[in-house]
Amino acid sequence: MASPLKQFEIKSIAPMEVGGIDVSFTNSSLFMVIAITAITAFLVLGMRKRALVPGRWQSLAELSYEFVAGLVRDNVGHQGRAYFPFIFSLFMFILFANTIGLIPYAFTVTSHIIVTFALAAVVFAGVTVVAIVKHRMKFFTYFLPKGTPLYMAPLLIPIEMLSYLARPVTLSLRLFANMMAGHTMLKVFAGFVITLGLAGVFPMAVLVALYLLELIVAVLQAFVFTILTCLYLHDAIHLH
Amino acid sequence: MPQLDVASYLPQLVWLAITFVILYLLMARLALPRIADVLAERSKRREDNLARAEQLQGEAEAAAAAYDLVLGEARDAAHARLAQSSEAAKAGAEDALHALDQRLGGEIEAAEAAIAEARDAALAEAATMAAEAARLATAKIAGLTVDAAAAEAAALAARKAQP
Repeated sequence: MASPLKQFEIKSIAPMEVGGIDVSFTNSSLFMVIAITAITAFLVLGMRKRALVPGRWQSLAELSYEFVAGLVRDNVGHQGRAYFPFIFSLFMFILFANTIGLIPYAFTVTSHIIVTFALAAVVFAGVTVVAIVKHRMKFFTYFLPKGTPLYMAPLLIPIEMLSYLARPVTLSLRLFANMMAGHTMLKVFAGFVITLGLAGVFPMAVLVALYLLELIVAVLQAFVFTILTCLYLHDAIHLH
Repeated sequence: MPQLDVASYLPQLVWLAITFVILYLLMARLALPRIADVLAERSKRREDNLARAEQLQGEAEAAAAAYDLVLGEARDAAHARLAQSSEAAKAGAEDALHALDQRLGGEIEAAEAAIAEARDAALAEAATMAAEAARLATAKIAGLTVDAAAAEAAALAARKAQP
């Protein structure tokens, strides 16, 4: 039986190289393309009637819009409006990558640390740039919250800086670890179903329950990633 | 663990960048404005309808007020008419009663006068008869001849002396 980690292997579909850089189209690239195609189809086709009274599909498309818009409004404020398309793209990308990955034989884009870390790094860099552009030097007061006694500064500033710098790591690890652990566990239990023969119905039942759990985790982690992005953006705009 | 295969990082990053930028552009330029349009259109429509409902309600209230006003005026007019006609009827009845009263009073007076006349006549007749009787009785008993006029005067005097 194949290793439970075999599902995470990157397989090149069309080897490509641009200026000595490996840009091969892989199974990972394929599922990224599938995800963005599915998102665009879901939204654009869902809205093609532009009905005043929406049908089911249009309701879902509007719901996803209003959900993220509400998240941005509640957690960032009205200044978050400019970042809404980015946050919406981020949420939908992670949500679709996570859930498409749960389809048997599909590849989970977000089960690779490099992908989640890249997303988190973009968020981290973007948020930091927003904060510095908005507050200039005052941004550095973020590391010493107002009202802190000065003698605490040598202790507090490194702690605050560490927690700030740890953001992209925790943000990316959380998503990656959830996706990888869930898929590995599903694969392990799927292996039990095969090896146990008739008694395999028991791990099968567990597998069904786990699958439901993973479905929830897939949605929840997309939500967590998005809401943390919103909170970081709020910090950047309002400095605490 | 395939996730730690550093050689696979670059193609993943490149394709992540490509797909995510395309997704961002599709969302920002195509998908989100459409949804925002539909949502704005819906909320505008809802507000328009609410405003229209409010306006219609105001109109209905004005109509109800006008109706009440007209109704009140009509009621007042009817009351005035009723009072006027009842007054007129009362006055007419009083006049009629008065006229009847007067007519009856006249008739009563006339009747009383007739009665008094008849009584006087009767009394005069009685005095004449008494004088005649007395004259005849005097002639028979005393053999005296009494003048009829004197006898009548004496009878009347006698009757007057008697209450």
